[in-house]
Amino acid sequence: MQVAGIELPGRLWIGTGGLTSTRLVGEIVEAARPGLVTVSVRRTSDTGSGGLLDTLRGLGVRILPNTAGCLSAREAVLTAQLAREALETDWVKLEVVGDETSLMPDAVELLDAAETLVRQGFTVLPYTSADPVLARRLVDVGCAAVMPLGSPIGTGRGLDDPRAIEAVRAAVAVPVVLDAGIGTASDAALALELGCDAVLAATAITRADRPAQMAAALRAAVEAGELARRAGRIPRLTTARASSPMAGRVGT
Amino acid sequence: MRINLNGQPRFVEEGATLQDVLPSARGVAAALNGSVVPAASWESTPLSEDDAVELVTAHQGG
Repeated sequence: MQVAGIELPGRLWIGTGGLTSTRLVGEIVEAARPGLVTVSVRRTSDTGSGGLLDTLRGLGVRILPNTAGCLSAREAVLTAQLAREALETDWVKLEVVGDETSLMPDAVELLDAAETLVRQGFTVLPYTSADPVLARRLVDVGCAAVMPLGSPIGTGRGLDDPRAIEAVRAAVAVPVVLDAGIGTASDAALALELGCDAVLAATAITRADRPAQMAAALRAAVEAGELARRAGRIPRLTTARASSPMAGRVGT
Repeated sequence: MRINLNGQPRFVEEGATLQDVLPSARGVAAALNGSVVPAASWESTPLSEDDAVELVTAHQGG
């Protein structure tokens, strides 16, 4: 798949949220073979080296900084600018949440920040509510993809409203990446079956009992979902439809 | 004079520059009073009393 003209090596994207050890990153990346890996941007007192950054660079994966934790457009824009400087990428996963309890996107601040960052030359991938109207507005201001949530961050509930995800898919021509809420493999497969181009999973992997194994499961699920979508599923019917011929039955 | 580095007070010499409080530029970025300062300009950016300096890097999250 491509985002902003760049070919990404996989449809499973992984987040580093919930990682307890940098050592685990190698195992997870090897199992997930991710399209990219997201990181947050935080204060540091260590000016020597960034352990996580060095590890990810060593693994050769594309790094996507995010603005996780930002509550206003102003904070998110500054965080994105710092990320561009520190990580030497103009890609940013734009997150602006309305409060720290629901962690739901703040649509007004999000759109404002997206517009500002696009104008400053960023490739903006916004984390958004599963709302086709907002998704279209984000694309109108120049976002390179949209990342609707399946369910609230960290809940692992999967896709609360699959029809909303389908509606976002239908509303925009840019890549749609299902973000937030993935709990297990079937959630990821469903996202791809519904037409999402990729899935971002973080704590589904990092907080699983066996993270690398879950990463492998999600990779297989994403591939299965994409294959199934291309294969064209049969319609859902309300009544039974025989699959065996009526002719030639014994005793008739 | 006193500046603020990542939310903590820090005492620096008069005439100090950003470079003096941020020794290495690898994988980090700095902002002075809410504006990003590219690493190439740290040495030529003087600090003033009560300046707020932010120093960030990539961290697990999101």
